[in-house]
Amino acid sequence: MRTGGQKEKAKVKAKRQKAPDIKKAYETWKRNKYSRALEACVPPTAFTTVSGRMIKELYTPADLPRFDFLRDLSFPGEYPFTRGIHPTMHRGRLWTMRQFSGFGTAEDTNKRYKYLLAHGQTGLSVAFHLPTLMGIDSDHPLAKGEVGKCGVAIDSLADMEVLFSGLPLDKVTTSMTINAPAAILWAMYIAVAEKQGVSPKVISGTIQNDILKEYIAQKTFVFPPRPSMKLIVDTFEYGAKEVPRWNTISISGYHIREAGATAVQELAFTLRDGIEYVIWGLERGLEIDEFAPRLSYFFNSHSDFFEEIAKFRAARVIWAEVMRNRFGARDPRSWWLRFHTQTSGVSLMAQQPYNNVVRVAIQALAAVLGGTQSLHTNSLDETFALPSEDAVTIALRTQQILAHESGAANTIDPLGGSYFIETLTKEMAGEAKDYIKKIDDMGGMVRAIELGFPQKEIADSAYWYQKAVDAKEKIVVGVNAFEMEHEPIPLLEIDESVGRQQLARLRSVKKSREKAAVKMTLSDLKKAARDERNLMPYLLKCVKAYATLGEIMEALKDVYGEYEEPVTF
Amino acid sequence: MPKKKIRVLVAKPGLDGHDRGAKVICRALRDAGMEVIYTGLRRTPEEIVNAAIQEDADLIGLSILSGAHPILFPRIIGLLKEKGAEDIPVIAGGIIPEKDVPRMKKAGIREIFLPGTSTRDIVGWIREHIEKGGRKR
Repeated sequence: MRTGGQKEKAKVKAKRQKAPDIKKAYETWKRNKYSRALEACVPPTAFTTVSGRMIKELYTPADLPRFDFLRDLSFPGEYPFTRGIHPTMHRGRLWTMRQFSGFGTAEDTNKRYKYLLAHGQTGLSVAFHLPTLMGIDSDHPLAKGEVGKCGVAIDSLADMEVLFSGLPLDKVTTSMTINAPAAILWAMYIAVAEKQGVSPKVISGTIQNDILKEYIAQKTFVFPPRPSMKLIVDTFEYGAKEVPRWNTISISGYHIREAGATAVQELAFTLRDGIEYVIWGLERGLEIDEFAPRLSYFFNSHSDFFEEIAKFRAARVIWAEVMRNRFGARDPRSWWLRFHTQTSGVSLMAQQPYNNVVRVAIQALAAVLGGTQSLHTNSLDETFALPSEDAVTIALRTQQILAHESGAANTIDPLGGSYFIETLTKEMAGEAKDYIKKIDDMGGMVRAIELGFPQKEIADSAYWYQKAVDAKEKIVVGVNAFEMEHEPIPLLEIDESVGRQQLARLRSVKKSREKAAVKMTLSDLKKAARDERNLMPYLLKCVKAYATLGEIMEALKDVYGEYEEPVTF
Repeated sequence: MPKKKIRVLVAKPGLDGHDRGAKVICRALRDAGMEVIYTGLRRTPEEIVNAAIQEDADLIGLSILSGAHPILFPRIIGLLKEKGAEDIPVIAGGIIPEKDVPRMKKAGIREIFLPGTSTRDIVGWIREHIEKGGRKR
């Protein structure tokens, strides 16, 4: 039997095992055991992540020479929040299961929302069709063939009323993926809530409203960067006073990653975008602790399991440091990096599409272990089309299996303290900070975008990856290895009748509204834009008069102009 | 006389901003020794056809992920015919459901490259089908 004294001795001995000793022992092991044994194995392969990061054969305390538990890791809910922003994390409350969804007309999507809520989904997430994302109406020439295809068609408040009919906006929270025209769609949501008798003070949800990543990656921009940033700060200012439970921005790495960025580029460009929004908010004269707690983030969860988990942890640490030290925020809620995660769309393959269920499950597990606040799991058929009901059900069930069967939510930050995870977290944070510094030196993110810097970095990474796949240096199951014929799977189809229905509704809205009110609210809006006032109250008046999205955007284009992207590849 | 390089117009019709694939293709074709002209995003069928004629393109490559291909592809083919430029072959890639492929080929798209196609296969197809220094007439 071990005695207390022996335990004490063991402790002292363990303490004496300093990093240099471990480093020496590790090097001896690598030379005498590992390398020799490896010679007898298959020809050497480069062990790299999907982002091209070299991974060592083994991680030990020697990789973390000055690691300090209380300083670097600490406890959940305590600075620097490596282990999570809340003391209870998923034990206190599971992540929100929020499937991004929208297609066809507002009626079609309203039905899908009711289906998802009936099957255990806990929040709504609206996917708009491309004309809405671009701020044009369904009857615009460029909208031909696009109506209801990539999301739900919303042209005016009338569509929005149908979209949320029978959904109590005081109970359900809603995320809206909308950027260039975000302030207008938000105004429509507030107006629908008011019609339901729900005060703006109690509604809760998120608008994506992140224009910087549009110039960098997703490309659904309309106005030039500077007036776009002005409009975003308007929503911060208005939200802080009038819609206090709303997240006025979801600073998004998702699209940056999908466009080809590495994990570190996603981390760095996204956080630098966040810093840019804070700088513009402060320049408006807002108090940091007044608006920072409403900033939220949105990351990608890609296929490289450990790299993704480390990325989420590093993001929390960098943001906490930036908010506390660089901006002097005092409210701990300003230090929290709250984030939504979506599994990686580009990682899904058209070949043998049922394999995508497995990819999604691994990516979703990484998000959970990384401490996400909400999660969208992609459906297996999303390389072809918007998801069918069966496919979206499997995607939702994947989250429920993770939550209730896998045990992943039983303890907080289960991989914390792993030599590998802690080393990756530290390395990725360091590399991201170097990028952030580089962009600071350029004069900020708006300037970096004007110079084409993040765009070029991402295009380079995307091309590197494609070449690696073409050369089979990166194996993609079913695509460049283990190929097999497969039968086509059933897909959701949006037929062209959706376009006709939507055009009919748009015509009837335009006919039945009070024309003078439309004209007056639009002209007031333009004047307010010229006078650089906060536009939210004016936008609310426009949408309530049933001015269409396209009409409102046209009025603003007259004042702000339109962005022309420099064409490069 | 040195052989003329193959000139490819890479175009993005439709409203989507997903240009990762188009840009990767542009670079791969350029690295394979072709001349590449990229239109940028959200070009109308008219703009694409006019650019192809003005640039004297040997080939048009369309990339679209928005789902509007059933409307836009036939429109582009129709405009090429109207302008007497139907000898410029058109190929396409992006999110195009397999079941739409026969219909799009019937409309006049020469080849459709589905997700997962290697850039080498696309380069190979172009070398095989497009004569150096001019269109196949």
